[in-house]
Amino acid sequence: MDTVLIAPATRRAVRLPSLDTLGAHALALLWIAPLLYACWAAFRDPSAALNFDWRSGWTLQNFSAAWDRAPWLRYILNTTLLVLTILAGQFVLCTLAAYAFARFRFFGSQFLFMLLLLQLFILPEVLIVENYRMVALLGWTDTVWGMGVPYMASAFGVFLLRQAFKQVPRELEDAARLEGCSRLGVLWRVYVPLVKPVYLAYALVSVSSHWNNFLWPLVISSSEHTRPLTVGLSLFGAPESGVSIALISAATLMTIFPLLLGFLLFQKQFMQAFLRAGIR
Amino acid sequence: MAEPLRVLRKEWVFAYLLLTPLFVLLSMFAFIPALQTLWSSLHSKGTARRPAQFVGMENYDAMLADPTFWLVLENNLWYAAVVIPVSMALALLMALWANRAMSMRGWVRCAYFTPTMLPMIAAANLWLFFYTPDLGLLDQITGLFGQGPTNWLGQPQTALGAVMVVTIWKEAGFFMIFYLAALQTIPPELRDAARLEGASRWQYGRRVLWPLLAPTTLFILINALINSVKLVDHLFILTKGGPNNASKLLLYWIWETAFAYMDTPSAAVLTVILLAGLGLIAVFQFRYAERRVHYQ
Repeated sequence: MDTVLIAPATRRAVRLPSLDTLGAHALALLWIAPLLYACWAAFRDPSAALNFDWRSGWTLQNFSAAWDRAPWLRYILNTTLLVLTILAGQFVLCTLAAYAFARFRFFGSQFLFMLLLLQLFILPEVLIVENYRMVALLGWTDTVWGMGVPYMASAFGVFLLRQAFKQVPRELEDAARLEGCSRLGVLWRVYVPLVKPVYLAYALVSVSSHWNNFLWPLVISSSEHTRPLTVGLSLFGAPESGVSIALISAATLMTIFPLLLGFLLFQKQFMQAFLRAGIR
Repeated sequence: MAEPLRVLRKEWVFAYLLLTPLFVLLSMFAFIPALQTLWSSLHSKGTARRPAQFVGMENYDAMLADPTFWLVLENNLWYAAVVIPVSMALALLMALWANRAMSMRGWVRCAYFTPTMLPMIAAANLWLFFYTPDLGLLDQITGLFGQGPTNWLGQPQTALGAVMVVTIWKEAGFFMIFYLAALQTIPPELRDAARLEGASRWQYGRRVLWPLLAPTTLFILINALINSVKLVDHLFILTKGGPNNASKLLLYWIWETAFAYMDTPSAAVLTVILLAGLGLIAVFQFRYAERRVHYQ
C-alpha cells in the first residue's frame, strides 16, 4: 500500500519541480528583461544600442550627456525633500489620530472613523482639479509643501498605526501615567518606541510610492525649483526631443538608481513593509 | 464605566484635539473638494465677465451626449477587465513559483518585484522604445519572423493593448507579494494530507489552496480596482490617450479637460462619475470584504 502511494509522489518530485523551476526562472528573466536591456543600452553607443551590436565597447558617454541635459541633482533634491515632507507630516498626523482612535472612547468616534475610511476611496489623484484650486487659493502652487500636503492626512497610515497601538498592553500606559507621565508623554515614550517596526514599514511604503508619484506633482510644479524626478524624466524623454534610447536608458537608470539601490539593499524589509501594509 | 463624567469629558476634548489636524487636512483635500466638485459640475463655465451660473444637469446631459465620453469609459472598462484578471493570475503564478524551494529563489522574487519599484514614467520611457515602429525591440523581434513593422502605439487597434501590457508588467509583482505572504501562512501538513489522500496538484490547488487564498484575492481585487482608475502616468509618455482617443482613460481625460482645455465643469462631471465608481468599490468592500478585514 505504501509503495503504491509513494511511487507517484516521488516520480512527481523528480520530474515536475524541474519544470516549475524552469518556468519560474524563465518568467523572472522575461520580467526583468526590459530593465536588463536598459542597463545594457545605457553603456553603449546610441547606434550600437539600437542595432543590438553586442560587440561594441562600453561607454559612459550617455550618462554624461544625459546628466548635462537636465538638472538631475536639483530633481533628486526636490524629490527627496517632497518625500521627507510628506513622511514627516504623515507621521505626526497619523500618530496623533491613531492614538485617539486606539485608546480613547469619545462621542462620535465610530462616525469619524467611517468618515476617515471614505478617504481610502476618494483618491487625491481623482480630485486634482479641486485640490489644485485649494492649493492655489492658499498660494502654495509650485512649492514642495503644496505638492506634499494633500497626502499627509492618510487614512491608511491611521489604520496601520491604530492597529499597532491597540496591541500595546494597556498596563504599560497605566504604569507610565502613575509615574506622572502626561498623555502626550505616554504617546511619545511608550507607544511610539514600541511600534517602531510599523513606522519603518509605513515609511518604506510611503517613500516608494511618493518617490514614484507623477500626476499631482505635474499639476503643482511649474518650475525647475520644485519639479520632482518623475516630472523631470517625463520632460526629458518626450519623443519630440529626439533623444536616443541609450540616452533615455542612462537618464532612467540615473533617476531610479537611489530607490532601486535602496530596494536591492533592503529587499527583505521592503517586501515585508508592503506585506505589513497589505495585511493591516 | 465607573469613571466620573468629568474625566470622560476631559478625555473627549483631548481625543478631539488629537484628531483636529488630521481632519482639517482631510476636509481641505478630500471632503470639501469632493463636495465642491459636485457643486461645480452643476454650474456653467464662468468667464471673467460672466460668472458661472447654475445649470442643473446640463453638463451631465452634454457629457452623456458626447461620444468621446462613451469611448473613454469603454476604454477604461476594457483596461480594468483585462489588466485586473491577467495581473492577478500572473501574481498567483509568480507567488506559487517564488514560494517553492529552489536555488536562486531570492533572485526570482527580486526579478518579479523590481518593476513595482520603478516610477511608471521610467517604465513608460523604456517601453516607448520597445514599441517604436521598425527600430524598437518588439519590431526587431517580430522582424526575425519575417513580419513587417507595426506601429504598436500609433494605431487604434493596438494602442490600448500596449498600454495594458506595461500596466500588467508593473502590477503583477506587487500583487505577488500578498499571495506569497498568504501562501506562507498555509501549513505544509495540508499539502501532505492532500497528497496522502491521492489528490492531484490541480485538485489540491482548487479545493485547498484557492479557498484559503480567497481573502487575499479579495484584498488584491479591491486594490486592483482602485489602481485601474489611478494608473494613468504611462499615458503621458506612451500615447497621450491617442490615436483618436483609442487609449484614453478617464483620469487622463480629467487632467486633459481641466488643465489642457481649461474646461472645469466638464472635468467636474467626469470627476463625479469617477467618484461614483470608486464609491461602488467602497460599498463592495464594506459589504463583502469587511467580514475579513476587521477595522475595529
